[in-house]
Amino acid sequence: MAWFKKQKGNGPPTSPRSKSVEGMWLKCNHCREIVYRKEVDRNNKVCPKCEYHFPISVSERIALLTDLGTFKEWDANVEPSDPLEFTDSRSYRDRLKSQQEKTGRKDALVIGEGTINGRRAVLAVFDFGFMGGSMGSVVGEKFCRAAEKAKAGNLPLVLVTTSGGARMQEGILSLMQMARTSAAAAKLGEARVPFVCILADPTFGGVTASIAMLGDVIIAEPKALIGFAGPRVIEQTIKQQLPDEFQRAEFLRDHGMVDMIVERKHLKESLSTLLSHLS
Amino acid sequence: MRDYLEFEKPLREIEEKIEKLAAAGSPKHSVQEELRKLKTRLAQEEVELYSKITPWQRTQLARHAQRPSVLDYVNSFCRDFQELHGDRAFADDRAIVGGFARFNDQSIMIIGHQKGRTLKERMERNFGMPNPEGYRKALRLMRLAEKFRRPIITFIDTPGAYPGIGAEERGQAEAIARNLFVMSRLAVPIISVVIGEGGSGGALALGVADRVLMLEHSIYSVISPEGCAAILWDDPAKVPDAAATLKMTAEDLYKLGVIDEVIPEPAGGAHRDPDTAAKRIAKSFTTHLSHLMDLTPEQLLATRDEKYRKMGVVLELTVQKI
Ligand SMILES: [Zn+2]
Repeated sequence: MAWFKKQKGNGPPTSPRSKSVEGMWLKCNHCREIVYRKEVDRNNKVCPKCEYHFPISVSERIALLTDLGTFKEWDANVEPSDPLEFTDSRSYRDRLKSQQEKTGRKDALVIGEGTINGRRAVLAVFDFGFMGGSMGSVVGEKFCRAAEKAKAGNLPLVLVTTSGGARMQEGILSLMQMARTSAAAAKLGEARVPFVCILADPTFGGVTASIAMLGDVIIAEPKALIGFAGPRVIEQTIKQQLPDEFQRAEFLRDHGMVDMIVERKHLKESLSTLLSHLS
Repeated sequence: MRDYLEFEKPLREIEEKIEKLAAAGSPKHSVQEELRKLKTRLAQEEVELYSKITPWQRTQLARHAQRPSVLDYVNSFCRDFQELHGDRAFADDRAIVGGFARFNDQSIMIIGHQKGRTLKERMERNFGMPNPEGYRKALRLMRLAEKFRRPIITFIDTPGAYPGIGAEERGQAEAIARNLFVMSRLAVPIISVVIGEGGSGGALALGVADRVLMLEHSIYSVISPEGCAAILWDDPAKVPDAAATLKMTAEDLYKLGVIDEVIPEPAGGAHRDPDTAAKRIAKSFTTHLSHLMDLTPEQLLATRDEKYRKMGVVLELTVQKI
């Protein structure tokens, strides 16, 4: 195993659990190799061994795609409510509160406007750090607002997804966000306003089965896991092991489900060129 | 023979006594009197039992093996049903059926999940869990309906979209998303009725509509109570709690403003008296269709758009500018 080979030379120390190690070293979600965190950070958070693209934060994503200092966030004060008064081991209200404290955000989608190589665009970026980027009423509402402003200003809409799917704690209302956001995308389409989706690791469930798959052009990041049903659910249903690289971005491309796979270091240029064709 | 659910055991005992007495066929006054008493008790027990039915018991009723299906209803209140097959790209998915039919002399498009009744039929229909080609067949038929200006009625009854390798390869997510996208802008009236199980995205993919109706004992949820209990509690014993917490009964959805009408079921559920259930559904369709057929396509789309735009609950602090 690669782990033992790496213990020689400059490899990580033997106990991967100690704090300092966790700080300095990172285990790749794809190739499972232990890699040097600084090297990953220097490389746009891309694994130097296998080109897996690690998740990046919303602010890193916005900085990656937009021209410096041009992004202006909209409607940051839209907050979730608790229409079902949902409680499992913890109440939804409690969960929301701690997630809001952790992330400094009210919910899992950031929307706003910025320029991409000088071209104005509307952005909607999921925050996986907020309850797994799950889609509830706030995500739905803000996506609709982003689409409406894109339509009103005839500005392309760029959506970046990382999400586990619908937010269970909002029950049927979270399911309805799939219909609501898809309807917003449909109206954008009728107005011939460009809509580009960038699917990052991971994108699943109700988000894939709505807006993520509705872009005029769909870009995926290398090795990103993208699907409808989660791999464990599928394994339990079919009682078979899943093939290697199942639901990876390359698998989706080979099956005709995404237009292109673009490395992070080329993402802004690709997006900019694409938008020049669409608008 | 009736299929009894666990919580219906008290009814079973009374019904068995009634059957025994009736089979004996004694003309004696005392026997006839006893039979009459038992029937009254049965009716009382039924009212009692179903008036305090829990969400988990409802879920069992919604999934009842004898519950009427889309094909039962179509055969009951439509004429000239012409089933149409295939997505023209990959296959005919038998978990979804569809075709033209005549309802009150109006030609309409019927589409619905079909679970199947016998084990053999259930397997052929994949237990009502569609693959992408099922949703694409539905989409093709909906576009056909729009082309010939026929209203669309969809019947929802599925555990969910099938989670399989082939389904992922052929774009289950895209197929569902495309239906939501197209249905939101189809310029003909759409009515959806949940007749059994409304299982998440796989149900919604037939459920973007001008009117969404639910049978009294049907359910509609973002996740099954089993799935929810596994994720949030990691405990199968919590399934009944999950069913209640998810607020997935017709009554809950009506209160949340997600559906437009709850259609009452005959005592004990639609399977106990399918004819009455069918009549009530048909009556509701007649009312809603007559309203929707009066709208111009522009009015129809504007109303549908507004309905979905408002769906969700958020809070927003508005800062007043001085
Ligand atoms: Zn790697």
